[in-house]
Amino acid sequence: MDFINRNLPYLLAGISVGGQYALIAIGYTMVYGILRLINFAHGDIFMVAALVLVYASASLPLYLSIPLTIVATVALGFLVERVAYKPLRSAPRMSVMISAIGVSYLLQNLALYVTGGLAQVVPSIPVISDTIKIGSATTKVVTVVTPILTIVLVVVLMQLINHTKIGMAMRAVADDFETSRLMGIKINSVISTTFMIGSFLAAIGALLYFTNYPSVVPTSGAMPGLKAFVAAVFGGIGSIPGAVIGAFIIGICENIIKGLGWTTFSDAFTFALLIVVLLVKPTGLFGEKATDKV
Amino acid sequence: MSKKTNTIISAVLLLALCAFVFLLEQILPSTHIALTVLKKSCIYALVAVSMNLLNGFTGLFSLGQAGFMLIGAYTYGVLTIPVEARASVYQYYDGGLIQFSVPVIVGLLAAGVVAAIFAWLIGLPVLRLKSDYLAIATLGFAEIIRAIFQWDKLGVITNGSNLLRKFPTFNSVLFPLIVCGICIAVMVLVIHSSYGRAFRAIRDDEVAAEAMGINLAKHKRMSFCISSFFAGIGGGLLAMYQTSIQASTFKSAMTYEILLIVVIGGLGSVTGSCLASFLYIACSEWWLRFLDTETYIGSFKVPLLRSGFRKVVFAVIVMIVVLFYRKGIMGDKEFSPARVYNWWKKKRGQKDAGKEEAAK
Repeated sequence: MDFINRNLPYLLAGISVGGQYALIAIGYTMVYGILRLINFAHGDIFMVAALVLVYASASLPLYLSIPLTIVATVALGFLVERVAYKPLRSAPRMSVMISAIGVSYLLQNLALYVTGGLAQVVPSIPVISDTIKIGSATTKVVTVVTPILTIVLVVVLMQLINHTKIGMAMRAVADDFETSRLMGIKINSVISTTFMIGSFLAAIGALLYFTNYPSVVPTSGAMPGLKAFVAAVFGGIGSIPGAVIGAFIIGICENIIKGLGWTTFSDAFTFALLIVVLLVKPTGLFGEKATDKV
Repeated sequence: MSKKTNTIISAVLLLALCAFVFLLEQILPSTHIALTVLKKSCIYALVAVSMNLLNGFTGLFSLGQAGFMLIGAYTYGVLTIPVEARASVYQYYDGGLIQFSVPVIVGLLAAGVVAAIFAWLIGLPVLRLKSDYLAIATLGFAEIIRAIFQWDKLGVITNGSNLLRKFPTFNSVLFPLIVCGICIAVMVLVIHSSYGRAFRAIRDDEVAAEAMGINLAKHKRMSFCISSFFAGIGGGLLAMYQTSIQASTFKSAMTYEILLIVVIGGLGSVTGSCLASFLYIACSEWWLRFLDTETYIGSFKVPLLRSGFRKVVFAVIVMIVVLFYRKGIMGDKEFSPARVYNWWKKKRGQKDAGKEEAAK
C-alpha cells in the first residue's frame, strides 16, 4: 500500500500519458494495417495540431479554435496521404517509408520556420487543466479525462469498423488489397478515411497531451510518435484494442521508471521493450500471424 | 574505352581533386565557408556511403547510423584526450577512469572497431527482422545507446551528459579528405568483391540468394559490421570537426538526414552518395543561406525570406526528389570516365546520324 501511495502520482501520470499515446497509436496501427507503412509523419501531425491550436487561439476564442484545430489536422492528414503516399502506391515499401521520413522532415522544418525556433506555449483549456486531488496525489483533471475519453473513442471506433459499410471496406482492404479492389471497393477513399480518422485521434491526443506539457517545439512530436508506434507493435500491429492496451502499459511503465529515478532510461525502456517484443513475439499481443509466400 | 584507361583517368581526376582542394586551402582564408563545407561534406560522404552499403547494396533498411556514429565519436574522444587535459574535462568525475591517450589514427581505428563490435552484438538479435521492423529496431537501439552514454553511472568513462572536449582535431581539409577517401575506397573494394556480389544478391532476392548457397545470416552480419565500422570512423571524424562531443546531438534526426542524402544520391551508388553529400552540405550551409536573411530589392521586401526558410525549401526539394525522381541523382549507376565518354560518343553519334538524315 505504501508503494502504491508513493507511486500514485507516477501511476496517474502514466495512465494519462498512456491514453494520449493510445490515441496516436491507433493512427499508426490503422495505417500499417492497410498500407503496411510506418507513417513516420504521424508524430509530426500530432505536433502540428498543437501548433495550430497555439496560432488559432491567438485570434479566436477557444470554443472556435479547438474545432478548427481538429479540422485542420484532419485536412493535413488527408493532404499528406494524397500528396506523399498516393503517388507511390505501386512503388517498393522502402520508397514509401523514405517518403514518410521526408514528410516528417518537411513538417518539422515548416514548424521551425513558422515558430522561428521558439518554443510556443499551448493555451490551457479550461476545466481539463484544473487541478484535483486523488487520494494523496494532486493532479490535473486531464489525467482522469484522458483514459475515459480514450476508451469512449475506441469503443466508437470499434463500432464504426465492425458495423458500418466504410468499416467493412477498411477491414477488407487491410485483409487483401488487390481482391478488395476487384470487389469494387474504392481503396483510395478508404485509405483517405483511415488517414483522416488517425489524424482526428492524433488531434484529440495533442489537445490532451499538451495540457500536461504545455510547450511545443518542432521536434515535440517525434518521441511521442515513436513511443506510440512501439505501443502499436507491442499490442500487435493492425489491432486497435492491442494498440490501446500497449499504449497504457508503455505509459505506466515509463512513468514508474521515472518515479524510480531512472529518468535517463525512460525512453530507452520503450525501445528495449520493442526489441524484446519483436524477437519473442513479433505479432504482438493481439496481432494476427502473417505468412509470407515465396 | 578500356578498363585500364578508365582506371587511370579516374585516378588522375581524384589526384586533381586533391590538388585543387590543396590549392583552395592555400588561397582562401582558413575560416572561409568553402573549406568548412568541404570538411563536413567529406565526413558526411563517408557516413552516407556506409549507410548506402547497408541500405542500397544489401537491402537492409537500417536506421541506426547515428547510434554507431555516437559510439565512434565517444571512443575517439575518450581515447585521445591528452592525459594532462583529462582533469579539466572530467571535472565532475575526478579526471575519469582512463589515464592514457593514443594517437589520432589509432583512436579513429578504435572508433571503427568498437562500433563494429557493438554492431555485431546488436546484429545477433536484430538482423533476424525484416524491412520496416528492422528499421524501427535499429532506430530503437540507437536511442538506447544514446541513453546509455548519457548515464551518469558511466560518467567516469563517458563524462555523463557533459561535453567531451580538448581531444586532437584537424585544421586542414586534406585530413578528412584523405581519411574518408581511403575508407570509401575500401568500401568500394568490398562492394566489388565476391562478398559485395553476395550482398547485392541478398538485396535483389533473399530467397533466391539463399537457394544459390549464400549464407544469409553471415553476409547480413558482415555488411552490418562493415557499415558500422565506417560509420564509427565517420563519427570520430565528426567529433574532430565539431571539436566537442555531446550524446544529445546524435539523434534520429541525424540518421534521417544521412538517409535523405543517400536517397538524393541514389540508393546503390557510391559516387551518388558522395556527390549528394557535397550538394546537401553546400546547399544547407552555404548556397541557400541567402534564403535565411531578409532581403530588400530597392525598397521592396522579398516575401517569405527569414530565418528557417532555407530548410523549408530544402525539405520541399527533398520531397520532390523522393516523389518524382525516385532514383536520385545517379540511380544505381556509378560515375566513371568511361560512362561519360560513352554517353558523349552516343550523343555525337546521334547528332551525326541526324546530320546525315538531313543531308539525304
